[in-house]
Amino acid sequence: MVFIGVRAAPMVALTAFSVGVTLAMQAAHSLKQLGAEIYVPDLVMITLLREMGPVLIAVIVIGRSGSAVAAELGTMKVSEEIEALEVMAINPISYLIVPRFLAMLVMLPALTILGNYIGVLGGWAVCRFALDFNTAGYVLRALESADTWDLYSGMIKSAVFAWIIITIACNAGLHVEGGAEGVGQATTSSVVQGLLAMLVTNAILTAVFFFA
Amino acid sequence: MNPETEPVVEVTDLVRKFGSRTVINGISLKVLRGETLVIMGGSGCGKSTLLRHIIGVMKPTAGSIKIFDDEITTMNDRRLDDVRRRFGMLFQSGALLASLTVGENVALPLWQHTDMSAEEIQETVAQKLQAVGLNGFENLKPAEISGGMRKRVGLARALALDPELLFSDEPTSGLDPIMTAVVDKLTLKLTHGAGMTAVVVTHDMTSAFRIATRMIMLGRGIVIAQGSPDEIRTSPDPEVQQFINGEPDGPMPLNLSQDDHEHHPHVKARPLVSARHRFRHKLP
Ligand SMILES: Nc1ncnc2c1ncn2[C@@H]1O[C@H](COP(=O)(O)OP(=O)(O)OP(=O)(O)O)[C@@H](O)[C@H]1O
Ligand SMILES: [Mg+2]
Repeated sequence: MVFIGVRAAPMVALTAFSVGVTLAMQAAHSLKQLGAEIYVPDLVMITLLREMGPVLIAVIVIGRSGSAVAAELGTMKVSEEIEALEVMAINPISYLIVPRFLAMLVMLPALTILGNYIGVLGGWAVCRFALDFNTAGYVLRALESADTWDLYSGMIKSAVFAWIIITIACNAGLHVEGGAEGVGQATTSSVVQGLLAMLVTNAILTAVFFFA
Repeated sequence: MNPETEPVVEVTDLVRKFGSRTVINGISLKVLRGETLVIMGGSGCGKSTLLRHIIGVMKPTAGSIKIFDDEITTMNDRRLDDVRRRFGMLFQSGALLASLTVGENVALPLWQHTDMSAEEIQETVAQKLQAVGLNGFENLKPAEISGGMRKRVGLARALALDPELLFSDEPTSGLDPIMTAVVDKLTLKLTHGAGMTAVVVTHDMTSAFRIATRMIMLGRGIVIAQGSPDEIRTSPDPEVQQFINGEPDGPMPLNLSQDDHEHHPHVKARPLVSARHRFRHKLP
């Protein structure tokens, strides 16, 4: 829980801030040509809440925690620790998997909320210091543009991603065969499969939420 | 049935294939209550694999395994857990949980399966560690102790719930002669003194003859000899004699996992052995 959540926070913050800044700059550049700079906060807000927030934070968590879970469980598998639990009549699923599931299901959405805030802060920094916004104007504009569904859809996505990431990571870890090499392969495949599954699911969810 | 002759473990015609390799090719054995059965056999002949099947973490290709008269190969997980609570297992590698301390490893079965208070658990853990000569090591992590110590912690953990049946996979490998004697004495105390049944895999002949009430020897995926320690010691079988006396040359092939040559036809049979013989003649 601490590992998945708290220690990932600085990295999440930095990423989200950079993304917020980048989004605002790109938005300003494009919208300027249309004379619609006033919409920069809208764009930052909606892109972050709906897409960039959940996806980017999930990418970070896959790289950090998904791989760590796969490696840890894989190592336990090859060193017979999982068999030892079974033989002690301790269910490895409830002892090892359930706590990791819960940690991920709580922490990924929490990190996403944090990331959203900080991303919006990044957008604010650009608007405030490089464009002609004052703070109140930015906040008003941003709040006006987004409705609660934008936030909730992002949260739903992030909960779904959490479930996908941890399922793939645990599965990869528990099916390790053949020593350290197997652990390495499981770790890699948890990241690759996790990313692919997450991105595809994101596309599907966006289609369902905003196009259907 | 007379409790002395009641089989605690009964394996019948066990077969296990990994892909096309047959590692266990029809093993039958019985362990009676109160007995200490020592399983011997060359490295890689399938001793650990046999134990893994008996404790139910691997499923056989064919055959039946009964523990306490219950067929475990077809049992569901809940009933298997009931059986598992009654025996302890020491893995060849120790298989301690790396994230827990030594003390927590030994305490784990107690936390999970008893309603002892924290103090009682602490006391039991200290007592079990004391029995394997490791008192005072409670707070170290498995990575911080030696291989022989991990083995002994594994033994303490296997004994935590005072099982009526103990499986030990090479309990004394990696231990110095004195510690080996301590562990053997502990096994004897539990079997002869407290009526525990034990199945011990070992390569250590001194230890084997010290604790065994019956011995079996595996090779080529089958039981090649069995009997009382005296019968094994005086066995006319040259394979048995080669093994218990630790002679490098004899009928026992160097490559004990059968079928290896059949399935790797490109590997020429035993070129290293002939090379070694050739080389030996040149030695002064
Ligand atoms: N999961 C597995 N997949 C494929 N082959 C396996 C597997 N487990 C064991 N084997 C094979 O089974 C054979 C017996 O292995 P096992 O570990 O039971 O030997 P052992 O008798 O315990 O040897 P040692 O005395 O060295 O511990 C070996 O040839 C090994 O390659
Ligand atoms: Mg073995």
